[in-house]
Amino acid sequence: MINRKEKKRSLSQSRQRTTRIAAAVFLSPVIIIMLVYIVYPIISTFEISLYDWNGISANRAFVGTSNWKVLLNDRNFWAAFKNNVILVICSILIQIPLGILLATFLDAGGRKFNFFKVVWFLPLLMSSVAIGFLFSYALATTGGIVTTISQALGGGKVDLLGRAPQALYAVIGVIAWQYTPFYMVYFMAGYSSIGTEIYEATIIDGATRGQYFRYVALPLLLPVVRTACILSLIGSLKYFDLIYVMTGGGPGTATELMATYMYKLSFSHFKMGYGSTVAAGMFILVTGIALTIQNLLKKRGELV
Amino acid sequence: MDKYKKEKLKSRASWTAAFFFAFIWLLVTGLPFVFMVLNSFKGQFEMLKKGVFQLPDSWYPENYIHVMKKGFTQYFFNSVILLAISLALLLFISACASYPLSRMQFKLRKPIYALIIACMSIPIHVTLIPVFKMSTKLKIYDTLWGLVGPNVAFAIPVSCFILTTFMQTIPREVEESAEIDGCGKFRNFFEIILPLSKTGLSTLAIYNGVAIWNEFSFANTLTQSKKSQTLPLAISAFQGEHSMNIPVIMAVLVLTVLPMIIMFIILQDKLVKGIMAGAVKG
Repeated sequence: MINRKEKKRSLSQSRQRTTRIAAAVFLSPVIIIMLVYIVYPIISTFEISLYDWNGISANRAFVGTSNWKVLLNDRNFWAAFKNNVILVICSILIQIPLGILLATFLDAGGRKFNFFKVVWFLPLLMSSVAIGFLFSYALATTGGIVTTISQALGGGKVDLLGRAPQALYAVIGVIAWQYTPFYMVYFMAGYSSIGTEIYEATIIDGATRGQYFRYVALPLLLPVVRTACILSLIGSLKYFDLIYVMTGGGPGTATELMATYMYKLSFSHFKMGYGSTVAAGMFILVTGIALTIQNLLKKRGELV
Repeated sequence: MDKYKKEKLKSRASWTAAFFFAFIWLLVTGLPFVFMVLNSFKGQFEMLKKGVFQLPDSWYPENYIHVMKKGFTQYFFNSVILLAISLALLLFISACASYPLSRMQFKLRKPIYALIIACMSIPIHVTLIPVFKMSTKLKIYDTLWGLVGPNVAFAIPVSCFILTTFMQTIPREVEESAEIDGCGKFRNFFEIILPLSKTGLSTLAIYNGVAIWNEFSFANTLTQSKKSQTLPLAISAFQGEHSMNIPVIMAVLVLTVLPMIIMFIILQDKLVKGIMAGAVKG
């Protein structure tokens, strides 16, 4: 009797052990790559942030927390952070409503509107770099699209990228051009998860399409909108490629973002020590903001 | 009757407004593409003299031939090779990781999964300097191999998320009956789970394919010569040489998007599905 019980326990134990070993083997490649390319570099960035180092020479001087003190008072960094925040707000206010409108239109029209869908989708296939170059010519003062249209309507040349306040908004417009289709596709997925039965039931009950949208679809889409906002928030805080190519952060620091600032410091001015401090600061801000917002939404029970 | 008429009128008005808006957005999206294609066929001074929206004098693809001769194909093949290696590696190891995360019971399952997912919000720039340092030390700086690691590592979180969710939908009985027949975990994975995950894997390939094809930050940091640079860098290289010759740059832009547009036309529904799958949670 006792013998049998023991045998049973050891059998389940040995089964657990094989599961554990198998899990470890299957997970190890992913864990190793993430340790090498994500975890170790993050730790290393924090370490380099304590040095004065040009990235090339073998000797680097330990300067303690002085880089961090500089960062706290670095006007350029906080100006860049402010631009990131403006980008977050504008992206959420422009891209998500536009995405909902476009998806609603496509949802109402069905297959008939395939042409619209295909064209609207196109920007998503282009790399940020290509978009950046395309628009640096398309928004140029001579021979650009906006200037051409303005001249055709009797206006003058339009200088969008050359001066401080409008340059940032011009770039934000281009980013909206790039990412609106993403949210369109995203909300199309949301609509398809609502299903046609609910729509049919609403219409049979005598509702118009507008009422269906306002009282049925929109509340059901709300969780999708919230996740879209989080995606947009995180994406905008990390944003880099397009601005780096289009304006390089200029004119002055008008379109500088945290990532472009860090990149220029490290790889153009070869201040890798301080560049790492900026990168680490950016990491703290981005993960801090992302975690806070996610927790807030979770506490209110609105995010699963 | 009156009410019915009124409603019909109202609905027609709102459809008109909707179409008006739809056409405006069509123009906003389409015009830059028209601008790009039209001007890519023009000569350098032809573009400046005539308006940018005039048709070119001839449709002879002179700029395209020039770009091809100047080494565009090298960039193109670098991108293709990098994409093939990175995707193969990424798909295989994320499938391996998703298998225990979705279908095995062990203590650390949830924390490991949560950690992998949490890496989605990490800005890549925080790793840039150490990865740069590491690549020079390992002598993979300025090689395609140096780009594989970062490309794969940053695609892992979203891939594991998509695949784990997908594998959870495969019924447990399939595996259990195989286990009773004496099938071990490894044979189970290779002979049952992997083949059944084909749809999930193709979604993943498309979703990450676009991202890897367009990746810029690492490529810009970790390579410096033509032999190892990818398409996104080709644009800046050509711009450096021909900064005044806008039509040549437009031709380069057209050539870099063309493969993606062709793929989109062939795989339209799958591509949209892939982006949806990646976006579900973020």
